Amino acid sequence: MPHDHHDHDHDHPHALLPPDPALRVKALESLLTQKGLIDPAALDAIIDTYENKIGPKNGAHVVARAWADPDFKHALLEDATAVVADLGFYGRQGEHIVVVENTPDVHNMIVCTLCSCYPWPLLGIPPAWYKSDAYRARAVREPRQVLAEFGLHLPEKTRVRVWDSTAEIRYLVLPMRPAGTDGLGLQALTDLVTRDSMVGTGLPLSPA
Amino acid sequence: MTQDTGFTQADMPPEPVFAQPWHAQIFALTVHLHEKGLFTWPDWAARFGATLARHGLARSLDGGDDYFVAWLETLESWLAEAALAHPDQLEALRAAWQAAYLSTPHGAPVHLPAGALADSCAS
Repeated sequence: MPHDHHDHDHDHPHALLPPDPALRVKALESLLTQKGLIDPAALDAIIDTYENKIGPKNGAHVVARAWADPDFKHALLEDATAVVADLGFYGRQGEHIVVVENTPDVHNMIVCTLCSCYPWPLLGIPPAWYKSDAYRARAVREPRQVLAEFGLHLPEKTRVRVWDSTAEIRYLVLPMRPAGTDGLGLQALTDLVTRDSMVGTGLPLSPA
Repeated sequence: MTQDTGFTQADMPPEPVFAQPWHAQIFALTVHLHEKGLFTWPDWAARFGATLARHGLARSLDGGDDYFVAWLETLESWLAEAALAHPDQLEALRAAWQAAYLSTPHGAPVHLPAGALADSCAS
């Protein structure tokens, strides 16, 4: 943490001074609010949405349903944007969502080499590693090495395909359904789907 | 792990959605301005990507604070270009916020003095 010198709460005659970028953000908010360009309540609502309402559980629900329902899976692979919109998962930036399916022959992983484009409605805000230079550069250059660092070692015969997200197209990986899950209901299947398995840097959990 | 990429996180507790409150604020501010139609998201992504690329020349960005510093810089420069927020106004307000924090007793809510905004917007 870059601000740990402010972590203690004693010996401070004045309020804890936020880091410089935080003060710059406050300056922006003050000015834009004063100009009527932003509504502070709308900012709070956006933060609440991304902190509490949108996250990988949305994507996990979609994946589990695709595992359980062949017709749903077919429709999802054909036109994911429409299918997930029907479930109430809209892209706020008007982007298209494309679902790419893992098979024994092909393992998909997603990256955004430009910045950090990510399927927000299905996965929420990306983790720091997804936004790091290391991942953004190396996922394309040496995907197998990156996957190995995530602890994911694929069979030699499995080809790795890397999808570079853009502002217009965001990808979601449909991982393979784990073995031993035949009798499981939708909720139990959903619980096996991890965020990383939908980015392609991990696999779903195995049933206990 | 052969380097400090931080990729292996299986044993780590879940990280917060936003590591710092200001990360959340600048994110929401940008999404809000986009939704009000001030710019398209592809335009934003192109500008932001260019800032990240420029910052990444000096050192490898870790996707944490440095990522949102690049984000903030992108929005500030875009708003300056669009004549919606002059850098001098923003600097005056940043200094006013800093002064407000330094002069507010610990534990009390921090407010911008009423005059600060008027002064910065008179220019």
